[in-house]
Amino acid sequence: MIDFFSSLNSPALSFLKYAFLIGIFGSVSFGIIGTYIVTKRIASIAGAVSHCILAGIGAAIFFRQQFGLAWLHPIYGSVVAALLSAIIIGLVSMYTKQREDTVIGAIWAVGMATGLLFLAGTTGYVDIDAYLFGNILLVSRDDFIMTLVLNLIVIVPSLLFFNNFMAVCFDEQFAELRGLRTKLTYMSLLCMVALTVVLMVSVIGIILVLALLTLPAAVAGHFTKRLWPMMVLSAILCAIFTTGGLTMSYHANLPSAPLIAALAGAAYLMTIIVFAVIRRIKQRSNNFRNLDLEELRKDTFSSFFDSGVS
Amino acid sequence: MGCREVVKIENLNFSWDNSVLSLEDVFLTIHDCEMVCIVGPNGGGKTTLLYLMLGLIKPNSGTVKILNEFPDKARRRIGYMPQYLKLDLQFPVNVMDVVLMGRLRHGFWGRYSRADREIAERVLDEMSIAELARRPFAELSGGQRQRVLIARALACEPEILLLDEPTANIDPGFQEQFYEKLRELRKRMSVVIVSHDIGFVSSEIDTVVCVNRHVAVHKSSEMTPEAISDIYGHRIKMIDHQHDLTPQHLKQHHKLHHIGERDD
Repeated sequence: MIDFFSSLNSPALSFLKYAFLIGIFGSVSFGIIGTYIVTKRIASIAGAVSHCILAGIGAAIFFRQQFGLAWLHPIYGSVVAALLSAIIIGLVSMYTKQREDTVIGAIWAVGMATGLLFLAGTTGYVDIDAYLFGNILLVSRDDFIMTLVLNLIVIVPSLLFFNNFMAVCFDEQFAELRGLRTKLTYMSLLCMVALTVVLMVSVIGIILVLALLTLPAAVAGHFTKRLWPMMVLSAILCAIFTTGGLTMSYHANLPSAPLIAALAGAAYLMTIIVFAVIRRIKQRSNNFRNLDLEELRKDTFSSFFDSGVS
Repeated sequence: MGCREVVKIENLNFSWDNSVLSLEDVFLTIHDCEMVCIVGPNGGGKTTLLYLMLGLIKPNSGTVKILNEFPDKARRRIGYMPQYLKLDLQFPVNVMDVVLMGRLRHGFWGRYSRADREIAERVLDEMSIAELARRPFAELSGGQRQRVLIARALACEPEILLLDEPTANIDPGFQEQFYEKLRELRKRMSVVIVSHDIGFVSSEIDTVVCVNRHVAVHKSSEMTPEAISDIYGHRIKMIDHQHDLTPQHLKQHHKLHHIGERDD
């Protein structure tokens, strides 16, 4: 363990330190936005947005190589692609009569296809896996700074306009009648979802990010029935899952993203089981308490006599 | 009479899909000194009429004026209670959170002040659910949720109170209390109730607005079985609801009532 902490400080392993920092700081946004995703039931939108990021990454790498744009970091492409897909889904669900889930599915697949085509057009070897599943070996100081910036963009508005977001998610119609610009609010929420998805791509990748967005909030939802405690709890859980997964990956020499996702999944499964068992026990003791013995005796007698008469 | 016009609908036509008219040639004026109940069969256009009054949809032709303004201007002066079944009951909010939504600000900014909280506490008290303030909305009974939503509508400090199906799912014990409450509220604001249950047409209601594509306005004293079956388009059994009946009796009557309705 001491060995592990000293390697966190070792300059040769600085990627490890930054991966941990990204995990911990990113968890704040993940806790807040993950809670909105779970309670507003828009996990599929988050899934589509995250897969669209590959289009942005592919385009960024392709154009960087074709036109020699050295500054064009893939993360810029990610941000643009994520925002664009979120806005398209938002507009479609608000203004057209298309089935929303069909549109989400289409954007999900087409985004991914676009990314793969761009990458196929790029000469030389591109490590697609690093983007799909994250690769902490590639995490740098720049990634960490980008995470901090995105984090601020997500956290500040979600604190300032907390009541508005809550009202729109709970009862959009009523919020509109109170004079709130509900469409603008919902669109901002989708954009914040998009930025949050990008935030941890370097650590968890674009495929498994959905686990880290939904599962901590789903676990937290079992422990609290109010929005802000649910956010705090899921942020804490998210930080535990990422640091736990990274630590395990260092010790077991296994890829970190699948470990993080599996950890979150295991916690979720355990919560469901434990709560189901608790509910069963409670029900049983309630039934027992409600069983009025006198009543029971009367019932038995009367049914006995009834059957005797007929 | 010194009555103000709160709702004035003239010459209105509305269609959801631009082919079949859901509401045709509607003229309707509601004054603030009358308690109005909007009734009609399901699918007859009650909700459509309600949405038009709230400005959530626009008429194809004709005008809707609320307190002499267009609905999207006047909507903040309306306290609206939707049917709670339209809400996501798993959403993690407690009763106070819900009631405070009645104090949402205009525009994009949203913080609640101390005054907002005091108003929320007052309306909770008024609906006699102050002790529920910290309870999760999801864990309440149907009748309690209804009361929370009425409290939220009152928290808007409205001039018009618009209640969509307030008697559906309400526990019989609260029904009498609810009429009592309405009697009090109508002194402060005009009250419009939407109900598919014509049984609601009680002594409290002054005017009955019957909606079935067309709109007809009756003084509640004029309501006869003939008038009602005209609106519903088929014969229905009428039972005179006396509110001094016990809850059990009322339930029995409602059952009869609904059986009668289905029987063409």
